[in-house]
Parts: sequence; structure tokens; C-alpha cells
Amino acid sequence: MTTAAVTNNQTNPPVKRRGKWNKMGRRFVRNPWAMTGMFLLLIALLSALFAPVLAPTTPDKADLRARLTAPSWMDDTGKSEHILGTDQVGRDLLSRIIYGARVSLLVGVVSVLISMVIGVILGLIAGFYGRWVDDLLMRLADVQLAFPFILFAIIVMTVFGAGLWKLILVLGISNWVGFARLVRGQVMSVKEMEYVQAAKAIGATNLRIIRKHVLPNVLSSIIVLATLNVAVNILLEASLTFIGLGVDPSIPTWGGMLADGRNYLETAWWVATFPGIAIMLTVFGINLLGDWLRDELDPNLRV
Amino acid sequence: MTTFLIRRLLHSIFVVLAITLVIFVLVRLTGDPVSIMFQAGEPTKEAIAELRKNLGLDEPVYVQFLLYLKDMFTGNLGTSFRTGESVIGMMQEKMGATLLLAFGGMFVALLIAIPVGIISAVRRGSVADFFGRIFSLLGISFPNFWLGIMLIIIFAVKLRWFPASGYQGLEYLVLPSVALGLILSGILARLVRSSMLEVLNQQYINTARSKGIKEWIVVIKHGLRNALIPTVTFIGLQFGTLLGGTVIIEQVFSWPGIGRMLIDAISQRDFPVIQGSVIILSFLMIFVNLLVDISYGFIDPRIRQGGGKSE
Repeated sequence: MTTAAVTNNQTNPPVKRRGKWNKMGRRFVRNPWAMTGMFLLLIALLSALFAPVLAPTTPDKADLRARLTAPSWMDDTGKSEHILGTDQVGRDLLSRIIYGARVSLLVGVVSVLISMVIGVILGLIAGFYGRWVDDLLMRLADVQLAFPFILFAIIVMTVFGAGLWKLILVLGISNWVGFARLVRGQVMSVKEMEYVQAAKAIGATNLRIIRKHVLPNVLSSIIVLATLNVAVNILLEASLTFIGLGVDPSIPTWGGMLADGRNYLETAWWVATFPGIAIMLTVFGINLLGDWLRDELDPNLRV
Repeated sequence: MTTFLIRRLLHSIFVVLAITLVIFVLVRLTGDPVSIMFQAGEPTKEAIAELRKNLGLDEPVYVQFLLYLKDMFTGNLGTSFRTGESVIGMMQEKMGATLLLAFGGMFVALLIAIPVGIISAVRRGSVADFFGRIFSLLGISFPNFWLGIMLIIIFAVKLRWFPASGYQGLEYLVLPSVALGLILSGILARLVRSSMLEVLNQQYINTARSKGIKEWIVVIKHGLRNALIPTVTFIGLQFGTLLGGTVIIEQVFSWPGIGRMLIDAISQRDFPVIQGSVIILSFLMIFVNLLVDISYGFIDPRIRQGGGKSE
């Protein structure tokens, strides 16, 4: 259904396409789920972009006299100035959570972009060349899928050491299989179509076939898969940082804050509670959006 | 069926070899294990050369790999840099705890997901379905280690119902299993729901109903049984995620399993142990996937008769 609509757009003037997006926009505004998702994601996005303006203090400002201070709304003495309390060296939790949004979103988005580029390229290669190249790439995909990601990441991050960009790269290179399979499948199916054969006969290059017949048809599936992968990668980043193999501790991250808070569960529950809520709400928002996008763009992908 | 089995088996062996190679190469990239072993003091050149020879590190890399493979198939994964214990022995000690936790998590997941999925499907569009949907989406949005921490704060620190860490009896299994299983139950419930919906629209369900069979028998016996096929596949595929999850959850609950051993080994840069644990965990996952593929044949005879076409 969607596929047919997208293919139609290739031949029709752009007027119709705008109509389609307009309708989608109207459905979006009327859908409480999609709006909730967008709202949650916007909070995270604004925090990341305007952290210096929004945060009450800088994320690294330690105040040893105010170590493990309770959130101000819990504190009867009225001395606490920290809405969400402080951590073990007296840093303001709210400020750290606001700054932490930067890392989560950066890692989530950039790593998925990397996977997408690798996946699309490998999928095109496998689909067009077929034969042994295809065999080789699909076996590689099998190995990748059989290797639990967290173990792969643990080995790689142990070998190369923790670090923001290393983590992004590891997440990026180990998540291409889904994208590659989508694109490969599409290439395989259009390659045999008569109109593509005809296009080839009149001299269309592979690049043109990719641009006109392959990518438009998988674009919506790619968008859906990418959105849901951003959510997964944010969770993975937090897990790896939590065990000390993700982003280095000098940068404020939600996973790192949880790791700090783990040692004070008995005395200061807030340190390990609020960063987790931040992760959950952000990921939940992205999942709500992804879910809506899937229903809109690609009903076939529905689990 | 036999061709299918043989193909599947060969395929698994290929994956096993490939993963071993990847891990072997990655670990070699960290540099010379010998320099790590001599962290303290200044060893003489002779001592280094001697140790290299003893460890087989003077051979070319491909020879080292073949030797490692040979050792691996005879059940030798080397010895820990730190304690000198054999890695296989350490594994045997910890494997039970990890598997127990993984099955505990799976149990919790199924216990929640099957009823939630069935009710959502049977009462489609109802309030129950609505909450089922929120539950599934929230389930995949939790970081499982954070859920573990919250469970500790609420049920161990505040209420004191369950112990927070270690393993000395079944009550220790409760919190980590819930932390591990709750996340998975979100995705599983969704899957059970959608496959139930598909099955309940089939003609044979109408036939069963028109014969006057009680509704719950129709749902369970005719519906659920058929809806379980995709669920079983999925459980198999998720077993890796579950094992990955145990690595982190074991850390949160100080659970004495392979995951915790792995994390400890990382902080001590004990490479044979890291290498061994990752290899064993990966094998375990491949093995489970193989079992799942074989079990299809038993659940759904159409696949068995279809021979090797199922890929």
C-alpha cells in the first residue's frame, strides 16, 4: 500500500506528495501517542541543545560540603538548593542530567547513521552483484547476528579503551545487518521487474536504478528501523557506560551517573533513580514515535 | 529433515569458527600478553623470551590460532593470567549460576507475556489491550540494570522482602530474574498478541467455535498452540539478548556467574578469561539457536517436510 504510493510519487508532480505529508502531519497531531513521544523527545533535545542555559549550575561543579544532599522538595530543613539532590561529590544532579542528554542523543543518532550508511552500501552490493559477494556478506551478517552485541562491545572496548567516539563507532559498525537486509531484499525484487529490465535496456545506469527504484521503496522502512535503533543504542550506551566500558567518566552521562549512584542505594536513592528516569522517558518517547511511524509508513514491519 | 539438520549444523560450525577468529584477532590487538604479565618489575630479555616460548607466542599468528583451535576442541581455553586457574574450570563453576539466572528471567518473561498477550488479543481494543500496549512499549524502554537498581532500593533496602545481592538460595533469584525478565516480557507480550490475533482470524477457529467448544478451550488449545511457533523462534533469538542482559544484571546483583567473572576479568585485564567467557557465551547462544531451529520441526511438521528450504 505505502510502497505503491511511494512508487506513484515518482511519476506524479510533487503536489500529490505534499498532500501525503500533510495528511500524515494531521494524523500525527491527532494521535496522542505520537504527540507524547514527540514531547518527550523534544525535552531531551532541548536539554541537549541548551544545556548551559537550562542547567542551574555547571555539571562538574563539586561541592564537598553538600555531598549526597537530598532533593530540595524532600528536605525539611529547607537548606537544599538542589531540586534533584546531589551526588557523592556534591554535584547538582539536575544539571548533570541535562548535560547527559547530549551524550545519549549524540551516541544514539550518530551510531545509527553510521550503521545506516554501512548497511545500505553493503545491501546494495549484495543485491546487485549476487553470487559469492552476496553469499559472503550474508554469512558475515549471520556471524554478526550470532555474536551477542554486548559481548562484542565488551571485547572491543576492553581492547581499545573507553571513549565517546570509540563507542559510537562500535555501535555503528555492529548494527548494519538490519539495514543491509532491507536494501538487499528490495534490490533482489526490483532487479527482476520488467520495468527495471526495460530501464536497463534503454541505458539506465545502476546508480539511476538505485536512486529511482530501490531507495524510494525502502526509505520508509529504513526510517522506521533507524528510529527504533536510536532507542536501542541509547540503552546500550548507558549499559556499557554503567559497567565502565562506554563513555569515559569525565563526561556527564546517564549511564555513568547510575554507576555512581549504585554505591549509595542505602543512603541516597536519588543518585541512581533520576538519571534512570531520564533514560527511560527519552527512550520511551523515541519508541512511541517509532511505533507510530511504523504504523504510518510500513505496516509490514509490525511485530 | 536430515539435510536440514546437517546444513544447520555446518552453518553453526562456520559461525563458531568465525567468532573464535574475530575474538582471537581482537585480543591479539591489545598487544603482547607477555608485557601485561610482567606488569611488576623489570624482566630480563631472557625471561621474556622464555615465557613467550612457553606460551607459544614465538610461533606465527596463524599457527597460534590453529593451536588455540586445537586446544579449544580438546576443552582447553588457557589459564587465567591472575590466578593460574584453568579457564574451563572457572567457567564450569560459574556456568550454572548464569544459566539459572537466564532461565529465571525467561520464566518471569513468559509468566507475564503469555497472559498479557492473550488478553490483549482476545479483548482487542479494550482497556486491557490499551494497558498491554503501554506495558510492552515501556518494557523495551527500560534500561534493565536500572530496573534492577530500583528493585533493590524498593524490595531490598526499603521493604527488606528479598536479599539485594549474592546467591545463597532461591530467594536470591527473585529480584535479578524479575529485572531480567520484565524487559523481555514487553517484547514477548507484543509478539504473543500479534500472533494470537493472526491465528484467531483463521477459519479453523471459527470451525471450532461453531462446534460449540468452550471459548477458553478454543483460545488456548486451538489459538495459543499455533501462536506459539513464532514465539518459540523469538525466544531462541532473544536468548542472546538475555545472556547479554545477564552480564549486566549479574554485575548489579553481585551474582556469581560468568558475566560478573567477565567484568572482573576486564578490570584486571585478564585476557584468557575475557576471551574464554565471550567464546563460551557466544557458543551457548549459537547452540540455543540451533536447538530452536530443530524444535520447529517438532512443533510444525510443515517445516520438517519442507527439508532445507526453511532458511
